[in-house]
Parts: sequence; structure tokens; C-alpha cells
Amino acid sequence: MNVLLDNFALFREGFLGTVELTALSGAIALVLGVVIAAFRVSPVPPLRYFGAAWVTLLRNTPLTLLFFIAVLVLPRLGMNTWSFFQLAVLALSCYTSAFICEAVRSGINTVSLGQAEAARSLGMTFTQTLRLIILPQATRTVLPPIGSLLIALAKNSAIAGGFSVFELFSVQKTLSEQGYNIFLIFLWVAIAYLIITFFISAVFRFLETRLAVAR
Amino acid sequence: MSANVLFDAPGPKARTRNNIIGAVASLAILGLLYFVYRQLDAKGQFASYLWQPFQYTEIQRRIGEGILATLKAFALASVLSLFLGALLAAGRLSDHAPARWVASTIVEFFRAMPLLIMIFALYVGVFTSTPLWALVIGLTLYNGSVQAEIFRAGINAVPKGQSEAAYAVGLRKTQVMVFVLLPQAVRAMLPSIISQLVVTLKDTSLGFIITYEELLYNGRLIAATSLGFPYVPLVMIIAPIYILMCLALSSLATWIERRGRRSPQGAPPAAPEAEAVAAAAE
Repeated sequence: MNVLLDNFALFREGFLGTVELTALSGAIALVLGVVIAAFRVSPVPPLRYFGAAWVTLLRNTPLTLLFFIAVLVLPRLGMNTWSFFQLAVLALSCYTSAFICEAVRSGINTVSLGQAEAARSLGMTFTQTLRLIILPQATRTVLPPIGSLLIALAKNSAIAGGFSVFELFSVQKTLSEQGYNIFLIFLWVAIAYLIITFFISAVFRFLETRLAVAR
Repeated sequence: MSANVLFDAPGPKARTRNNIIGAVASLAILGLLYFVYRQLDAKGQFASYLWQPFQYTEIQRRIGEGILATLKAFALASVLSLFLGALLAAGRLSDHAPARWVASTIVEFFRAMPLLIMIFALYVGVFTSTPLWALVIGLTLYNGSVQAEIFRAGINAVPKGQSEAAYAVGLRKTQVMVFVLLPQAVRAMLPSIISQLVVTLKDTSLGFIITYEELLYNGRLIAATSLGFPYVPLVMIIAPIYILMCLALSSLATWIERRGRRSPQGAPPAAPEAEAVAAAAE
């Protein structure tokens, strides 16, 4: 108990760091992921190729390597005014966007064929079909996988702590250097992460019940 | 629903418009690539002295050793995690309530923990001098729990009639699992199992943070000790290695998935007589 109480300010700062990283990267990843998913199903071949390349590359790159690139390489290429936090958000959101894109794309595939056909027979364009007909219906099936992707994002944000961003993993590192029992620290950091992941899953369960439709 | 039902077959007008958007998009992508190239050039990243170290056999040997260390951690972690996954799945599907509780607690806890936090705790608390084992045990606990859920989902997805029929012909519980349920579950779940192995392979790079001398760690050491700190050339060498290793594994998963789709599970075998004859001959 002492570990937590003695270092409460540190824990709070780390907790807020993780929350901030997760929230910001999650929001950017969602937008980017939906846009790339739209690219991947669009009638324009170059956009499709770009989307496919984006997803294939980012899904097969270790996140640690992305952080390595963001923190050690990008500043050498002229992004030296960016803070570590901003670079970490960049790495996390690009990485997660590839997975969100795939989730959205498989969600688009679950909307029944007749919906898109009906939209087209009304004369809707691709953008209208996607925006007004397909995506709102896909939201329902896409919510659970996106929830688990955001939970994975919260867990992945720990890697940022290895690259000079202050969050919960940095708390663990700092306190273990100060000589506290590592398993006690682990316990408290674990509880902090559980709070975040439970919160995300509660939000998504709420959204699911809100959007559920009795068929 | 395939992508092309989202838009009509383009007529002449739409084709022109698509071509224009396509051209603009291609130009934008090429422009981005050119910008990256120019930025690299402007910062002097193509200078020959930065690339020189990578011609030395010593450096190449260290990169090779890094690849081997990565593959070693991956091999150990994947074998152990598949084993642990099978064990935990058996626990969660057990008829004995205590076994179910224990297995469920382990699975739920380790799936919810960030891998890095566990690996670091193991490294500091137990395996101070052997980061390899901290990495492998951490990877095993996390991926084993995920694999357990995949196995369980696969076994639950096997039609009920299969196990009922197996019990009816007098097989015991273990026999039903080993000879009837497991083969079908593994076949159906193979793509997911391999995708999780790709995750395991990617996560071996977390060894970088606990100073396990794998590919990324060795690479950083090379860049940090060479003239001019050649991080950019290093990433251009290491990133393709990682991506190719992961791509090789994931394309195996897609290949198996495609094969599985061609002969859907539960489809009647093509020639029942031939199979019965073969079975009798065994």
C-alpha cells in the first residue's frame, strides 16, 4: 500500500500520461482508419493500392520498431521540433489505424448486399452510399472489434514509456530503480491499466446497447 | 459483399473523373515519396560514410546474430505459448469447476496486462541476468492466454453432433477431445493461430527495452557506436527484415485461410466409398 501512497503524485502523472496517449492516438487512429478503409473500397485504383500498402506495411511492423523510427529517426529528418509525446502519438495512431481500417473494412462487408444495391439504384454516388447507407450500418458490427483494438492500444501505449514519454511503464521503471519491490509496483500498475481497459470496455458495451436494433 | 457493389460500373464520365482523382492521388503519393527522398538527401543521409559500416562483415555478423536471437525468442515463445494455450483451453473447458476458475482467472488476467509491464517485472524481479527468459516467459504468458481463447472458440464452434456421436460410439472424454474435437478446431482456427504467432514474432522486439540482444537492440548498438550515428540507414536495413519475416508468416495464414474456404468444413467428402476403403485398409 505504501508504494502507492508514497508515490501517489507519480502514479497520477503516469496514469494521466497513459490516458492522454490512449485518447489522443485512439481518436486520430479512428479517423485515419476509416479514411484508409474508404480508400481500400474506393473506385479509384491508386487509392486502393495506397490503402493496401499502408495496411500491409504497418500491420507487419513491430510497434517497437515504429517507436524507434519515430523517436530516433524522424527528428534526424527535420521533425526535431516535435516532442517525444507527439512522436509517440504519431507512431501509435499510425499503427492502430491499420488495424482499425481492417476492422471497418470487414464491417463494411457484413452489411447486406441489398443495401448498397438499393442506394445505387436511387442514384447515390460512392461517397453518399458509403457515408449515408453503409458506414452507419457497419458501425454496429464494427463496435466490438474496435473496442478491443482500443484496449490493445491502451496496452501498447506502455511501449512509449521505453522511449522517453512519461506514462505508467515509466512509473514502473522509476520506482524499481528506487528499490521498491517490483511485484508490488507491478500490482499497482496492473490495477491502473485494468481501470483504463475496464472503462473502455464499459463505454463500448454502453454504445453497443444504445445502437442495438431488434430485428 | 465485395467492394465493387459500392459503386456502379463506371461510365465514360465517371471513368474520366476516376482517372483524374487517380492521377491527383498518384501525384500526391509520389510527391510525398519525393519529399521524403529530398528530406533524406538534404539531411545528408545518403552520404557514403554513413552506409560504410554496413559493408563490414563484423557488422553484418552482428545483424545476423540479432536475427537469430529474435528467431530464437520467437521459436521458444511460440512453442511454449501453444502448449500453455492448449493447457489453459483444456482447463477452461474442463468439467471440474475449480480447474475452470483457475484457468479463467489466468487467461483473463494475462490478456488484460500490457506485455511490456509483465516482461519488465519478470526481468527486474526474476531473470535479472537472462533477459531472454524474461522475454520468453512474458510472451508465453500473454500469447498463451490469447491462444487458449482461440482454441476454446474453435472447440466450441465444432458442431455438437460431433462430440455426441463420439460419446455414442463409446469414446472417453479425453479421446473425444483429442481425436474428434481438437483436429477439427485446429483446422478451423489455423489462420487465427498463425496471426497470433505473427503478433508473437512482432512482440519479440520488446526485448529491445529489457536489453535482450535481438535484432533491434543490436541494430541500435551498431548505429550508436558508428561514425555519424547512421540510424536512418540502419532502419532502412532492419525494417525490411522485420516486415519480410512477419509477411512470410501472415501470408502463410492467408494461404491456409483461402485453402480452407475452397473446401468448407462440413462439406460432404467427394468420394465416401474411397475414403471408407482407405480407412479399412489402414
